[in-house]
Parts: sequence; structure tokens; C-alpha cells
Amino acid sequence: MNRRIFLKSTLASAALLSVQGCNSLASQPAKQEYWMPTGDLGIVIERADGKVALVNTSSREKLAEIEGLGDLSHASAVFSRNERFAYVFGRDGGLTKVDLITRSIDRRVVQSGNSIGGAISQDGKLVAVSNYTPGGVQVFDSETLAPVLDLPAVGKDGQASKTVGLVDAPGQRFVFSLFDSGEIWLVDFSAAEPKVTRYQDIGKQPYDALITPDGRYYIAGLFGEDGLALLDLWHPEKGVRRILPGYGRGQQRLPVYKMPHLEGWAIAGNKAFIPAVGRHEVLVVDTNTWTEIDRIKVHSQPVFVMSSPDGRQIWVNFAFPENKHLQVIDSDNHRHIQHLEPGEGVLHMEFTPRGEAVWVSVRNNNEVQVFDTQDFSKLATLSIDSPSGIFFTARAHRIGL
Amino acid sequence: MKRSLISQVRFTRGCPARRIKQGLGLALLLASSTACMAESSLDVKRQQELTYMLKHDCGSCHGMTLKGGLGPSLLPNTLSSKGHNIESLSLIIRYGKPGTAMPPWGPVLAEEDIRWIATQLLETN
Repeated sequence: MNRRIFLKSTLASAALLSVQGCNSLASQPAKQEYWMPTGDLGIVIERADGKVALVNTSSREKLAEIEGLGDLSHASAVFSRNERFAYVFGRDGGLTKVDLITRSIDRRVVQSGNSIGGAISQDGKLVAVSNYTPGGVQVFDSETLAPVLDLPAVGKDGQASKTVGLVDAPGQRFVFSLFDSGEIWLVDFSAAEPKVTRYQDIGKQPYDALITPDGRYYIAGLFGEDGLALLDLWHPEKGVRRILPGYGRGQQRLPVYKMPHLEGWAIAGNKAFIPAVGRHEVLVVDTNTWTEIDRIKVHSQPVFVMSSPDGRQIWVNFAFPENKHLQVIDSDNHRHIQHLEPGEGVLHMEFTPRGEAVWVSVRNNNEVQVFDTQDFSKLATLSIDSPSGIFFTARAHRIGL
Repeated sequence: MKRSLISQVRFTRGCPARRIKQGLGLALLLASSTACMAESSLDVKRQQELTYMLKHDCGSCHGMTLKGGLGPSLLPNTLSSKGHNIESLSLIIRYGKPGTAMPPWGPVLAEEDIRWIATQLLETN
């Protein structure tokens, strides 16, 4: 009763209005937290314990821990487009739908033996997961997590392949790469029957991929050779072409103790900043011509190379055993502007939606540190167990994230 | 010129770590009891560092529970079914596997560390 009166008296609040509608439809119990908006929420993977921490990027605090997500040693997440649910992809093949409002697991399926990541479709209705074991991609209904499509990735070599670099693309499509057989597959869900286009011989061992923020270019990084594979999704009929072939110039690579990651963040203006594999370099690519325009010497082997939302700064973290360092590069003149040492095990960074701050996972310290992107001062330190991936709900509205 | 790899390996008998631990509390003893299963001259601290590294850094490819990921499963059953022993695992850890994503760990680990990890992989987890 009290709640109804309260809601009627605050009709000016759009957020409350929408929640009232939601409550009446689902006949949810009246709990204060149901009224909470989610636009400044996010999750941090607590990789050792199968938990995620729910965080607020405005108040810079941990709100809750949600347990029971299985093996999260390599995990990532996407968000429903209403920003209420996080879909967390765990190493054990678990796909967990986490409700950020009730702070609980909405539902969970173990969809394979071993998964690597996933994506949500353009319309928000499908969630796709890429797998190592038994390989391939599985697609689920985002509401119910009921299976929609099981797509084994049997490559040109006749073997089931590990799949990597799965992203959503405009036109209700998913794109991913086959690590073992060196292929890129494009799956189109816009018609009643999903249609798969296979691109073979795209290069040796694609290890991860990104799609540009406009959804036009899909770029797979190659581990088995120096170079990247580029697919123009505006002209998929033109096929995949190689870019930056032989960027290592024939020199011996250094041992790679951690695979680099590629994400749409790597694009800043008309430049792409790409981690070089087995080298202490970030490659700068002109996105009009897809040719190399510079290479920036960095502290060690880069893992994540991430542009701030305004494209002005490039933040770089590094592979074991140099993973206590963090470098910041000016995207305009390619000069180093900051070198931070937050602690051992800097695994991931995430910018707040408009980039005034960046959150950094410092695994060995069991901390997430928040830095000001203007003066690089530390704004907050959150105590979070073995943090790895940080994912804010603003990703819900970004292509490829 | 290919050097004999096996002859470089120095076997260390006994477990000094076990002696060190006698003076410590039961909690630590339990926490690191797995570590001392390996016959090694590594001290407890180093064994704990390597356990952490195995879980998190090796685990970034092989899975934190070592059941596989981009890299193959390293569970004892899988390894023994492939006919691995301490020598073969030590060689792979030290030199990596060319043509795959497995890097050589020789530049960052001592031979003693490598043999301890190989022993752990075959015996525990």
C-alpha cells in the first residue's frame, strides 16, 4: 500500500514510472532495490571464486557480490539492451544471466565444456557463445537461454576448431574466427534460416578479433604469422584481405606469455592501435587505407590496447612477467604521457561511459583502482578478490561489445 | 650443437621445505601441504609463488583448473594418457612448443622451478 502511494506521488520520475510498469507486469515483490537505475553499474569478474562484483561507477563502490558463476578464470560479459542483465561467459562453458537489479542469478546454462567469450545480437534477442571444447558457436534466446542454434565450427581441415573473436555485427549478424583452421565465419540471422558464409585461408591461428565501433570492419589478429585479417562487412563479397603482412620484418618474436586481446576500443578517430604479437610495440594503422603509419615502443608486450571514449588516450597493459605496468599514450602525437605501476597483475581496464575515469584490475593486490584520466591521480581503491575483466553497462549500446 | 638437456638437470633429494614447515602453524601446513608433495629444494614461499603462477598465468591458456582452454588440458590423467613424464613436461615448459601458442618459460623460470611445476602437474590438481 505504502509503495503504491509513494509511486503515485513521484510521477515526475521517469525511472520510477518504468519500474512501476515492470513491477505490475511481473508482479514482483516491492523492494527498494528494484527502483535502482543501471546506467552507472557494472560488473567485475572475481576470477578465482566464480563470483562477480556489482559496482557503481558514480559512487565508485562495490554494491554486492553475486556467487555461483562457475570457473571464471577467463571470462567476459555483454549486457542486455535494457542494461538490466549481464550475460557472463565463463571458462567452464557456463553462460550466466545476472540480474543487476535483484543482484542475483536469473538463470544459468552450462552450454559446452569450455568457452571463451560471447556476443549479443543487434536486436538484443540472441546471445552467442564461442567455444574451445568442443569448438563452434552456440546461440541462445537472451530471455530464456533456450538453445536456438548449435553451429559446430568444422574447418577446411575437417576438424572441429576452437572459435575466437566472436562479435555482433549490424544486420543481425555474428562474426567469429576459427583458431585451428584459419577461417572467418559470418552468420546471418536476419532471415528465418540462419545463413553461414565461410572465409578460408585468412591466415594462421587467428587468436582474437575486433569489430570497429561503426560495425563495418572485422579484424582478426594472427598468432601463427605477423599480420591481421580484415573483412569489410559493407562488402562481404570482396572477401578477407591481409593487412600489415610481415609487420615483424622477419625478426624473431619474443615468447608470448599472454595472448593479446583485441576489442573495438582500439579505434581512435581514423587510427587503430593494435598490440604487436611477441614485440614491445603498439602498431598504429590508418583506418582509411589499413596501412601502418607508425609503431610505438612500449614497456613490454601489450595485452590490451584501449582508447578512451573520446579517442584521445591509449591505455596499454602488459603480459606476464611485466604485468604491473600501465602506460598511457597520446593518440595524436603517439608520445608516452604517463607510466603507472598499480601493482602486480594489471589484467584489464574499463573506462567510465564518457571517460573521466578508468577502472583497473590489479589481480595480485585483490584491488580495483580507479584513476582520473586527466591528472592520473587515484580516485578510489575497491577491495575485490582476484579481479580480472571489468564491464560497465554502457557496453549495452556499443556495437561489438 | 644440441646440448643434452637431461644431464643439466640437478636432482634434489629430500624436502627441506618440509623441515621448515614443522615450525609453522597448522593452517599454513594445510595450505601448503600440496606444495610439499613435490620433492624439491624450493622453499615454501617459492612453491606458493609457483602455485599462484600455475593457476593464474599458465591458467590464462590452460584454464585456472588446468582442464584446458586455448592450450590443452593439463590434468594428470590427460598428461599420463599422452605418455608424459617429468622429463618431457620439463622440456616443453622450458623450450615451449614451436608452432603452437606455448611459449618457452626458460627465460623466466629456473630449472628447479620447472621441474617442480612438472611434478605438480603429474601428481596433483
